[in-house]
Amino acid sequence: MEQDKPKIQRRDFLRSCFKKLPVLVSAAYIISPDELLASASDDYNPDEHNYAMGISIHKCIGCGRCADACKTENKVPRDEHFFRTWIERYIIPPDGEAEVDSPNGGIDGFPKADEKKEILRTYFVPKLCNHCENPPCVQVCPVGATYTSRDGVVLVDSSYCVGCRYCIQACPYGARYLHPETHTADKCTFCYHRIVKGMRPACVEVCPTQARVFGEIGKRNSPLHRFIRFNDTIVLKQWLNTKPKVYYSGADGEVR
Amino acid sequence: METILANAVEAIAGATGYIYPNEFELHWGILIVVYPYLTGLVAGAFILASLERVFKVSALIPVYRLSLLTALSFLLIAPLPLLAHLGRPERALEMFLTPHTKSAMAMFGFVYVWYLMVVLLLELWFDYRQDIINWARKSTGLKKYFYYALSLGSTSTSDEALAFDAKAGRFITLIGIPSAFLLHGYVGFIFGSVKANPWWSSVLMPIVFLFSAIVSGIALMVLIYMVTTMFRWKRINMDCLNKLGLFLIVAMIVDFSLELLDFIQRLYESEESINILSSMISNRLFISLIISQIIIGSIAPMAALVMARFRKVPDEMKRMLYFIAAILIQVGIFSTRWNVVLGGQLFSKSLRGLTTYKLEMFGLEGLFVSIVLLIMPFVILFVLVKILPPWEGGHHEPMRLAPAESKK
Ligand code: SF4
Ligand code: SF4
Repeated sequence: MEQDKPKIQRRDFLRSCFKKLPVLVSAAYIISPDELLASASDDYNPDEHNYAMGISIHKCIGCGRCADACKTENKVPRDEHFFRTWIERYIIPPDGEAEVDSPNGGIDGFPKADEKKEILRTYFVPKLCNHCENPPCVQVCPVGATYTSRDGVVLVDSSYCVGCRYCIQACPYGARYLHPETHTADKCTFCYHRIVKGMRPACVEVCPTQARVFGEIGKRNSPLHRFIRFNDTIVLKQWLNTKPKVYYSGADGEVR
Repeated sequence: METILANAVEAIAGATGYIYPNEFELHWGILIVVYPYLTGLVAGAFILASLERVFKVSALIPVYRLSLLTALSFLLIAPLPLLAHLGRPERALEMFLTPHTKSAMAMFGFVYVWYLMVVLLLELWFDYRQDIINWARKSTGLKKYFYYALSLGSTSTSDEALAFDAKAGRFITLIGIPSAFLLHGYVGFIFGSVKANPWWSSVLMPIVFLFSAIVSGIALMVLIYMVTTMFRWKRINMDCLNKLGLFLIVAMIVDFSLELLDFIQRLYESEESINILSSMISNRLFISLIISQIIIGSIAPMAALVMARFRKVPDEMKRMLYFIAAILIQVGIFSTRWNVVLGGQLFSKSLRGLTTYKLEMFGLEGLFVSIVLLIMPFVILFVLVKILPPWEGGHHEPMRLAPAESKK
C-alpha cells in the first residue's frame, strides 16, 4: 500500500480489505471538532498536515462503491438527494453538448447509454467537497460553524450551525446539503475521524481501482505528491479562485 | 399565448438536464423572497421620510411621520422570515454573540440592529418627544403612565429642549440616510457576493436592490397614505400625492435602467452561464420576469404615473391612476425579489440543467406563513398609529406648545 507511515492497526486493515467496506467507526456527523481531534492518536499534530485528494478519471469505473461506503461510514441519509460524494457519468458525442447523469449518485451503477447515439468518449467523475484552500463556504458562514481545520480540512461544526444554508449557496460545486435530521449543513470531511488516526477516507479505502488517492500537499513521500507529479491534473472551476484541493487527472474542460 | 402555456406546462414538469444531486431541493424558498421585500419597504419608506426632513420637501409633510412609523412596523417583522427559515432557529442569536466577521450575513445583523436601535427608534423618539409629553399631560389613568414611560423621563418642553430635539432629529436623519442605503444595499450584497452563482454575482446587485427598495417604499406610502386618509374621512392632499408620484417616476426610471443595463451587460459579456440563464428566463421565469416584473410591474405603472403626473386629467382620475400604479409596483417589486432569489436557484451550478420550485402551502416555509408575515407589519402599523398618531405635528413646528388636540 502506498500509505507512508501507516498507523492503521492490522486488524482494522485486514477487516476493511476483506469486506471492502468501511469500518463503522463512529457517528461522525454529530461529533464536535474537539472530540474528533481527541480521537486522534496522542502524537498527532494537526499543524503538520495539509490533506488533499487526487482522482484519476481513467481509473474510475463508476461502480459507485465509494459513494455507498461514504453513506455507510458517515451516516449520510440514504435518500437520493443527500451526498457527501457522488459519481457523475459524462457522455461526449462527436459534436454537441456533453450529457451528464448521476442516478442516485451512481451508487447503483449507471443505466446503459443509448446505443443508437454516437459516442466519442465517456468517463466517470467522482465528486466531493474540494476542501478549498480559499473556501467561499467558510467565508459566508455567519456564525463560523464552517471552518478550516488546522490540518487543511473544511469541516462543519453541527453543534453550532444555525442552518441558514448560506454556505450551500456559496459552494460552487454543489458539495453541501442540509442534513434532514440535524437541520444543519453537512458535507464531506475527508473522513476526518479516520484520517487523524492515520487511516484513509472510506471512499479511498474501498475503491477497487485505486482511482482515488488520498495524501498530503507538501510532503514528498505522500502518494498525492507522486500523483500530481506524474499526471496532468486540473481542479474544478479554477477561475473562481477557491483553490480546490481535489486534483483530477484525465478530466477535460467538460467537467464542471 | 401558446408559448406562454407551453412554458407554464414545462415549468411544472420538474427538473430538466443535469443538476447536482444535492441541488434537488431549493434551499431558499418564499420566506427568503419575503425578507428582502420587507427590508426594501423599510429602506424605501425611510428614505422618503428623510427627503422631507433633510431636503425640506415640504409637500411631503403629510406622509413624513407616517413613513417613519411604516418603516418601523416593517423593520420589526423583517427578520422573522429569516428566522423561520433557519434550520436551527433556536441558535439565531449566535449571529450576534459569536459572529463571523467575514460573513456578509453576520454583518447584516449589525447593520439591522444599528438601523433599528440607533436610527429609527431614536429618530422617532426625538420627533415625537414633545407630543408624547403633551399626550401624557392630557391623559388620565394608565394611559398617562404609558406616555410618561414612553418619554423615558425626559419631560422638559423648554425652548432649548425642543430646539435640541429638532437638532438631534436632523442629525440622526443625516446618519439615517446612509444607514438606510446600507440596510438595503447590504441585502443586495448578500446575494451579489455569491460568486458561485452567476445569476446573483453582479456588482450592480446592491445598487439595483437599493433603487428597487426606494421604488417599493414610495409606492407603499402612496397606498398607505391614500387608504388612511380615506378611512379618516379627510381630503387627500394632491400636492403631496403629486410629489410622491414624481419621486416614484424618477426612482422607477433609474431602477429600470439599472436593471436593463445589468441585463444587457450579461448578454454582451456572454459568459459560460449565458445559455442556461437564457433558457431559464424563457422557460421557468417567463411569467414572473417578463410578464409580472417587467410588463405588469414596471411598464404599466410607469405609463400610469406619467399619465397622472404630466397629463391634464381630473384629480379623481389622478388618484385612481396613482393607486393602481402603486399596487402594480408592489406586484412588480415582489416579482423582482422572487426572480432574484428563486431564479438564482432554478438552474444548476453545473450550468447543465434547470430545476423547479415547489411552493408549499401550509409548512413553516409555505405560502400561508408568508402571507401572515406580509400582513403583520400592517397590524403593527395600526397599533403604532393609535399610540403615536402621525397625522399632525412633527419636527417642523418645533415651537408648538400643547395644542388643543382635536383627535386622539
Ligand atoms: S467544495 Fe464547496 S463545501 Fe467544499 S470547501 Fe469548497 S466551497 Fe466549501
Ligand atoms: S448553514 Fe450552517 S454552516 Fe452553513 S453558513 Fe449557515 S450556519 Fe454556517
